[in-house]
Amino acid sequence: MGSILRIILQRLALGVLTLIIVSLVIFAAVNALPGSFATAILGQAATPEAVAAMEQTLGLDKPAVTRYFSWLFAAVQGDFGTSLSQANFASFAGSVADTGVTVADTLAPRFRNTLFLAGLTALIAVPVAVTLGVLAALYRNSAFDRATNIFTLSSISSPEFFMAYVLILFLAVLNPWLPSLSNISDDMTLGERVRTSMLPALTLTLIVTAHMMRMTRAAIINLLASPYIEMARLKGMSPFRVIVKHALPNALAPIVNVIALNLAYLITGVVVIEVVFVYPGIGQLFVDSVKTRDIPVVQACCLIFAAAYILLNLLADVLSIISNPRLRHPK
Amino acid sequence: MSRLLTMKDIWIEGRSDETWNPIINGVDLHLDRGEVLGLIGESGAGKSTMGLAAMGYCRDGVRISKGSVEFDGTELTTASAAVKRGLLGKRIAYVAQSAAASFNPAHKLIDQHSEAPVQHGVSSRAESSRDGMELYEKLRLPNPDTIGFRYPHQVSGGQLQRAMTAMAMACRPDLIIFDEPTTALDVTTQIEVLASIRDIVEQFGTAAIYITHDLAVVAQMADRVKVLLKGDEVETNETREMLANPQQEYTKSLWSVREFERPAKPAVSTGTTPVVSVDNVTAAYGTVNVLNEVSFDIHQGRTVAVVGESGSGKSTTARCITGLLPPKVGGISFDGATLPLSYKSRTKDQLRQVQMIYQMADTALNPRMSVGNIIARPVEFYLGLKGAEKRRRVDQLLEQIELEPSQYYDRLPSELSGGQKQRIGIARALAAEPRMIICDEVTSALDQLVAEGILRLLAELQDKLGLAYMFITHDLATVKAIADEVVVMKDGRVVEQGPKAEMFQPPHHPYTDLLLSSVPEMDPDWLTNLLAERGVDNIGDAAVDKM
Repeated sequence: MGSILRIILQRLALGVLTLIIVSLVIFAAVNALPGSFATAILGQAATPEAVAAMEQTLGLDKPAVTRYFSWLFAAVQGDFGTSLSQANFASFAGSVADTGVTVADTLAPRFRNTLFLAGLTALIAVPVAVTLGVLAALYRNSAFDRATNIFTLSSISSPEFFMAYVLILFLAVLNPWLPSLSNISDDMTLGERVRTSMLPALTLTLIVTAHMMRMTRAAIINLLASPYIEMARLKGMSPFRVIVKHALPNALAPIVNVIALNLAYLITGVVVIEVVFVYPGIGQLFVDSVKTRDIPVVQACCLIFAAAYILLNLLADVLSIISNPRLRHPK
Repeated sequence: MSRLLTMKDIWIEGRSDETWNPIINGVDLHLDRGEVLGLIGESGAGKSTMGLAAMGYCRDGVRISKGSVEFDGTELTTASAAVKRGLLGKRIAYVAQSAAASFNPAHKLIDQHSEAPVQHGVSSRAESSRDGMELYEKLRLPNPDTIGFRYPHQVSGGQLQRAMTAMAMACRPDLIIFDEPTTALDVTTQIEVLASIRDIVEQFGTAAIYITHDLAVVAQMADRVKVLLKGDEVETNETREMLANPQQEYTKSLWSVREFERPAKPAVSTGTTPVVSVDNVTAAYGTVNVLNEVSFDIHQGRTVAVVGESGSGKSTTARCITGLLPPKVGGISFDGATLPLSYKSRTKDQLRQVQMIYQMADTALNPRMSVGNIIARPVEFYLGLKGAEKRRRVDQLLEQIELEPSQYYDRLPSELSGGQKQRIGIARALAAEPRMIICDEVTSALDQLVAEGILRLLAELQDKLGLAYMFITHDLATVKAIADEVVVMKDGRVVEQGPKAEMFQPPHHPYTDLLLSSVPEMDPDWLTNLLAERGVDNIGDAAVDKM
């Protein structure tokens, strides 16, 4: 088990390094955008003096390198700074830090919502995808296999908003079972939240199932020519048992990796779905912040996205190792 | 004795490119209770297909097109899948060639052992686990009480093969199909497995079909032998009768393969500079020494056979000579001059002088390149020939390996047989015009007749071109056929070396003796006598460990 711990620590260290590089790239990219926060807020007609005064107040006039490092040091200590766009600009001559809303305060509820939606989707999508994949492998080349493939492929090939509207049409408009607006709030009970978020979760399920299901099917079928699968058949085991007991445990690594990638997508890539269902997640906040050049929020979002990818991939690696007896029990 | 299995007029076909090609053409087979039938033939003879058909099983793309398989009153060709599943594992069991690949890597041995008894409702998990441990003990596996809790990768090949035999015995079947169960094992390990299988089959009165290409093995195991050739039956007879008096030409040719032996060459005169000299080489992977103080010489026109079991350091020595693994201590010299240790610092000409031929011709040839290009590549790289000159040289090389250039130049490796692929490997090595060729188990993946052809070709080329060979092998029959000198290796050390005639004459080093006496002989009583001589606890790996 010592080796697994070492691998985890190694990956974590690499992950931190990746995060730092990501933050640099993001910072450089945002700085390269034309216009600044001040021009975005004050409008095209703002006098150069007003822009300069605002930039000075916010510290935007300092060199980029200085700004980057002061932000980095604060971020390392857990302080992601103050959201520029949420500051009280009626009196922007005053100290922004006193009246502003911190990035952490802005992000935290949004991030919780995003995690909630991603978690709910995963709870539905992962079991459905793996089960469909196993069944498709079991009844490969049958009508069921083809139908599942066609259905999942067409749902992943259609634009996300289209899938969303189709579901709204059938599950909210024609049959008023679920609310089409998913503006969840903190004062809802868990049940209400689940019900309110069900439509976006179902839409996302349709989008992420295809990858996971097809990988499950392919990984299992890939193993069916193995001598140990033939051995299981020659021991008189049922086709279902051959697949679930003999093929699936050896096919876990690629499946887990695709699941991790899809979960990361659920955290970082669902802005269209959030817009369609008015879901208060982190994606919308991110897009708004880019629009207003709210650099601290953009950077914090990017770091969260990068961290989600790194952690989920790390988790996938660890699960792959645990699923492989050769690595779990060295000779 | 009552009849257990009757296969009548079996025709089996395999599909390739939308057409069905015959694999087995109207073969009959029958087996009584408790009888062991040996099924022998070269690869492509249809032995495994026939063995699986006895279980009513066909691999993907294979079908029984005609005939009947009747197992104890049940017709298997028309039985439903559920009926067959009820028999497989419970009354008919299978032992595969590679136990390492046929055990599921994700489960412990004992769990795989108990699976069939539990699923077939023969016994409970606890009962079958206990029974498994008893079987492990009967099969003389070390630590029978705990070895079952290991995963397949934690157990050696010979032990896995015995664990698989135990697994086949789990439901006390009436019939077991053994499909080349010892082909992948070293000779010393093979003995243990053969002895275990024979004992347990006798003890439980199990009938068996024993599939192998090794006549000497079948002589030890079977009551009756059936010879197959390309899907046709050649002949069937009682084992002793068949060995003493084969009727058909093909059977006789199989018997005579082992008689190829080159005439002995005069000893190398003292003072001759060897082509390659391995001088006191110690080499390591990481910090573990895998070679210790290995020294031997290879002279022009001579063959040095390096013999030993897997893990003895034969191939590592080859890696040191080619410079792929620079030795920690010692060195390699060529024509008396020291070679740089790593291939990276050798000149093109130094690299040209030593070439290799590999065990697996399948994987050593680029599947996307035509035969012509495979051979042309070293011709151009080492000798700088281009255009028509290059083509002429390639044709010449193809003629040397006895393949018609116009017919083979444009073929892909997938369009060649195993023996032909190995010939291309030889031509590729010759293309560099080397002084020495390292042959790494070049015949061990081939059938005996084909292997003999390769050995004859190598011998001819040596006489013609004065090549020096280092011949790595674990097969002592091959050594007898081709070697001038023999180097015996064990655990990374040379335990004995000398001219072939001396090596095959006593007195031997005890390890050489063990290797020599472990090679199965055609005498049906060989195994029985050997066991009596050595004692059951002193065979195979146990005997090796005591050295």
